Amino acid sequence: MVPTNYYLILSAILFGLGIVAFVFKRNIITLFMAIELMLNAVNLAFVAFSQALGKPDGEVFVLFVIVVAAAEAAVGLGIIILTARNRHSLNVERVNLLKL
Amino acid sequence: MLILEHLWIVPLLPLLGSAINGLLGAKWPNKFVTGVALGSTGLSFACALEAVREFFAGGQAPFRKEFFDWIIAGNFRAGFDLQLDQLTVVMVLVVTGVGFLIHIYATGYMAHEGGYYRFFSYLNLFMFFMLILVLAANFALLFVGWEGVGLCSYLLIGFYFLRKSAADAGKKAFIVNRIGDFGFMLGMFLLFRAFHSLDFKTVFDAAATWQPDAMGRFGTLTIACLLLFMGATGKSAQLPLYVWLPDAMEGPTPVSALIHAATMVTAGVYVVARSHVLFTHAPTAMYVVAIVGCATAIFAATIGLVQPDIKKVLAYSTVSQLGYMFLACGVGAYGAGIFHLMTHSFFKALLFLSAGSVIHAMGGEQDMWHMGGLASKIKVTFWCMLFGTIAIAGFAPFAGFFSKDAILFAAYQSENSGKALYGVGLLTAILTSFYMFRLVWLTFFGEKRYDEHHVHVHESPGSMTVPLMILALLSLVGGWFAAPALWGGPNYFADFLAPVIGNAEAATGGATHSLELTLSIVAVLSAGIGLIVAWRMYSGKVTRGTYTGLSKILYNKYYVDELYQAMIVGPLVWLSRNIFWKVVDVGMIDGSVNGIAHGTEAVGDTVRHTQSGNVRSYAVWVIIGAIVILAIVFWPLWRPAFFVASSGGVR
Repeated sequence: MVPTNYYLILSAILFGLGIVAFVFKRNIITLFMAIELMLNAVNLAFVAFSQALGKPDGEVFVLFVIVVAAAEAAVGLGIIILTARNRHSLNVERVNLLKL
Repeated sequence: MLILEHLWIVPLLPLLGSAINGLLGAKWPNKFVTGVALGSTGLSFACALEAVREFFAGGQAPFRKEFFDWIIAGNFRAGFDLQLDQLTVVMVLVVTGVGFLIHIYATGYMAHEGGYYRFFSYLNLFMFFMLILVLAANFALLFVGWEGVGLCSYLLIGFYFLRKSAADAGKKAFIVNRIGDFGFMLGMFLLFRAFHSLDFKTVFDAAATWQPDAMGRFGTLTIACLLLFMGATGKSAQLPLYVWLPDAMEGPTPVSALIHAATMVTAGVYVVARSHVLFTHAPTAMYVVAIVGCATAIFAATIGLVQPDIKKVLAYSTVSQLGYMFLACGVGAYGAGIFHLMTHSFFKALLFLSAGSVIHAMGGEQDMWHMGGLASKIKVTFWCMLFGTIAIAGFAPFAGFFSKDAILFAAYQSENSGKALYGVGLLTAILTSFYMFRLVWLTFFGEKRYDEHHVHVHESPGSMTVPLMILALLSLVGGWFAAPALWGGPNYFADFLAPVIGNAEAATGGATHSLELTLSIVAVLSAGIGLIVAWRMYSGKVTRGTYTGLSKILYNKYYVDELYQAMIVGPLVWLSRNIFWKVVDVGMIDGSVNGIAHGTEAVGDTVRHTQSGNVRSYAVWVIIGAIVILAIVFWPLWRPAFFVASSGGVR
């Protein structure tokens, strides 16, 4: 059986990659994918713990996260499409109207 | 025992009158206001009379009743407790009786003034507080009345508040009184500390068992008495706090008569007489009282010699006569002091009201150098004024003779430099006689020094002259209680007060009544000297002349106001303006408040640049924040693993 540590390390690596991608990439769709990556890294940690502790709680959590991620994808993609239409660009640095 | 059991009615009636007039009177015609004001004080006077009758019917047993608890804190209790004993009887009758007469007078005097309802509302409120003051059975309730009359005094001095001098005089009276009240409060605190109570009976009974402080030794009682006396010097206008009373003449004349002559200013004398047990146990304090009283008497009398304003003369005369009362208390003759308090309230109220009548007749003129020859034109006022003058000068058989005589006699017999006190007192009597007859001559005799085309001299209406006549009668007969003592009989007044304040005069007995008779003759002779000198100087043709040398100093009141201005007021104003305002207020308080605002603005100006509007930079902040929080949360868990080699692993 694969030790729990391995799953957790993998999860941390995936989460780190997600963060790095989110901070350094400019394409909105890439950022979106980075968020998905982080969510799934967390999911991996959840199921790993669930397995290790022999309880179903983590798996229930994962289901919730998937539901939320689906909802977020629907809303997020809608926003992305609108942004692309209005600005003819997917560069996130052009979306800065909130600046003082 | 109907009224006596409900003694609260006596002070409550004027309060009701004040409330009704103050709240509703503005829209009423003067008739209604007059009705309410006179009705409430008249009823109060009637209730007081009935209470006194019941008091006598009950065999003069001191009456005391606790109506309700006011303050209860731990073992401290201050209640709405009223009492009626012989001393209170005198005070209550003087306050309600003279007060009622002055109210009647005021309806005539103030008839054409604006703010008629306001005036009577204040005047009734004053009656309420004054009655609380004299009826109170503990120091705390007395202090309520004490402060209340001070408030009313302020309001009434500043009645013509559009005139700056009147508003200033009101403030001066209030602030000077505050200095005295500070001492009074400290005295009360000290008494409470010593006796764990402020109730008169408890305190005095306990103090009576104490060993008296030796002369010159400052025990608790001496200090407490001196502090109480400090309050009395403020309220009763003694040195060095007398300066407010002459200025208080800015108020309407009935106010001068009621508050600044007959009742409120005597409150200090009342307190000293009421606390006589404490004072008797503190000879040093009594000595101070006697010295201050004596010094004030002659000090004020000399100033009164040259004042041109008719009311100012009477004001300094009041200060001087109050000095007499304190002299009496200081030498232990409390009965004589209260006796003089009573007779003084008759004749000084009379003098002030007569002066008001003169001013009324002259159309507002107060300078005696612009009067003269009024005797034939306003006969009633003249005769009343003359009665008052004879009474205050101390000619037998008028009231002032008996009371002043009793005080001088008591001073003469005092062991502590009594002869000196007597000498100064006698000199003051000469001066008193002089300045009063000077006033009469300048006002009523000699040639007319006013423009008859502009001033239409007329006698005052009946509402003013009738109270004058009643007071004139009282000024004549008011002292006769003590008359039999002259030929060795009983002194009814002193005997009446004896159960409350002891009878210092009785101790010397009849053996010295030949001495007393001699002193009386000396007193009358000295009054005669004053009369003759005044007659020689002011009958016939007189001119104002110029003030030089001593008279200039007297005319300028020894420059005391200027001295206080330079020594106390000036430095205080300077300190307030240059330190408290410009440094503390502007620099420190405004500076710190504005500094905080400026600091916040500067920080915000710097930090707002982090709000870049760039989504990814926000993400970086979120990540940094998450790392910091995780570090804080997990730091205690990780520490053993990093720093404690033996424990190993997560706890």
